[in-house]
Amino acid sequence: MSTRPERPTYYEELLHRGYSRRDFMKFCTAIAAYLGLEATGAAQVAQALSEKPRLPVIWLHFQECTCCSESFIRSSHPIVADILLDKLSLDYTETLMAASGHQAEKCMRDTMEKYKGEYVLCIEGSVPTEADGVYCMIGGRTSLDILKEVSATAKAVICWGSCASNGCVQSAKPNPTGAKPIHKLIKGVPIIKVPGCPPIGEVMAGVLVHLITFGTLPELDGVGRPKAFYSKRVHDTCYRRPFYDAGLFVETFDDENAKKGYCLYKVGCKGPTTYNACSVTKWNNGTSYPIQSGHGCFGCSEENYWDAGALYLRNQPFPGFGIESDADKIGTAAAIATGVGIAAHAVMTNIRKSKLIKDVIDEGKDAEKEL
Amino acid sequence: MSSYKLLRRVFVWELPVRVYHWINALAITTLCVTGYMIGKPPAIMFGGEAWERHLFGWIRYVHFVAAYIFVFNFIFRIYWGFVGNKYADWKNFIPTNRRYFQQMWEVLKIDIFQTKPGGHMSVGHNELAGFIYFFTFLAFLAQVITGFALYEPMSDSWFAGMFSWVVPLFGADSYVRNIHHILMWFFILFTIIHVYLVFYHDYVEGRGEISSMGGGWKFIEEDAFEAHQKREAEEKAAEEKAATEKNNKAA
Repeated sequence: MSTRPERPTYYEELLHRGYSRRDFMKFCTAIAAYLGLEATGAAQVAQALSEKPRLPVIWLHFQECTCCSESFIRSSHPIVADILLDKLSLDYTETLMAASGHQAEKCMRDTMEKYKGEYVLCIEGSVPTEADGVYCMIGGRTSLDILKEVSATAKAVICWGSCASNGCVQSAKPNPTGAKPIHKLIKGVPIIKVPGCPPIGEVMAGVLVHLITFGTLPELDGVGRPKAFYSKRVHDTCYRRPFYDAGLFVETFDDENAKKGYCLYKVGCKGPTTYNACSVTKWNNGTSYPIQSGHGCFGCSEENYWDAGALYLRNQPFPGFGIESDADKIGTAAAIATGVGIAAHAVMTNIRKSKLIKDVIDEGKDAEKEL
Repeated sequence: MSSYKLLRRVFVWELPVRVYHWINALAITTLCVTGYMIGKPPAIMFGGEAWERHLFGWIRYVHFVAAYIFVFNFIFRIYWGFVGNKYADWKNFIPTNRRYFQQMWEVLKIDIFQTKPGGHMSVGHNELAGFIYFFTFLAFLAQVITGFALYEPMSDSWFAGMFSWVVPLFGADSYVRNIHHILMWFFILFTIIHVYLVFYHDYVEGRGEISSMGGGWKFIEEDAFEAHQKREAEEKAAEEKAATEKNNKAA
């Protein structure tokens, strides 16, 4: 085995770790497909990974559960974990690096100095802002402090998961720690949001490979998510969509319709308002995704999904009227109240305007008689 | 022979206004019915296969078609507010002077609380109705914006594409969807009250309120007609006087 150069390319790294060129090409083809590139895209990816030295990556963990990392190392191709998450490729990540204590902090500092403006900052988790940010401290510093420093000289920031992208459960009401997503705290650095709880491993790999291959940010949508993965609703690519269009719905989770695999719309599936690649890429090596296993999507990649309403109801509680009240119930009550009001008004009209009404009626009746 | 009032036939609602009104009524009814079903689909017993039917697809299709008709009809009405007759003018809907507010209060006293006897002697929209229509126009706008924002991701049309900024503004589809759903009830409540009040005016005042949206005519008592004429002449004179004074000052 040859000696490794100081900054090996991804391909060199993989050969060193015992992968064949065939494995490598298979990986490139798969990732190019996930990215939605045309057929020649696989070659572009292969070329970039063979020629470009590996991207320096700092991966920070704040208020999170590490499900994003878990999802990532379970993406379908083993190279994904090896190439992108293994300690060889990551300069700093609390979860998986060998170093600890001062050594670890030194690793981060070295990377920041050596690759100033070049390294990619990946973030899992939101950042607490209440009580001067003491709710999340690493190495004696607040996460906000670390975030500000590390992001200042980063090439780009990737927000893994819903925590970093939109605050997830930590920022749900009443949000005691004042948790905030990354984009509300830093400015001046390109930010890519990869929401989901967790995001799909292949999607995460795809975003990184895009950065490596093209050296640019992937095309983003209006809220900053890569269009390649977040431009379609889960609903629009769902295999149960024909049941929806036919008007065939599961009414309760234990009914006959549920057994037949009808659409889960009426039991609160959030597929119609959720942008993600779940129904295309699926999970666990393409095995399944929530709807396929009979459970509605609950929109984990959407902003504020914890506060946005009940997970198993189609119609959401009407703001300010408690969880039992949806817009239709309040609306029906308001319509009944209106009806009662109208009835009262009609009675009152016949009493208070009796003279006017009598005059009009008399005038008309007189005319009828005179004809 | 008993006493009777002479009535003047006044052309109030021009044909484009009447056509707008009925297209609007039909579109809103369609949108509310299909919209309600989209929010709360009916449970159907069906033993066949999904490909044999397309019921929900049709409900949504009708909703989208009605939405397009609704929005362009609305745009036309805004245009007509600038070129139509004085009863169609935009000034009927947005208060521009003190008198508007005074009259609004009058209508409340006469027709709603009925603390003042008689009928309100307006010819076109009374001021309270006009002002409430202004709020319905705002609701139209909000419903169009939220609706097309939800429709935009599944459409290639340039028109829907104009609303792609809405969802990022709110952060997620679910917020927009809830607003759209809640606002539907504004339309339902408005329709109930609107229809009732049309009957009320026709019944109490006998001026052909209901049929006016058919032929465009209202029948105004001669004395009310003359009072309106007098007032408008006075207002015009006052305006001219103010203009001359301004000119004199400038000179």
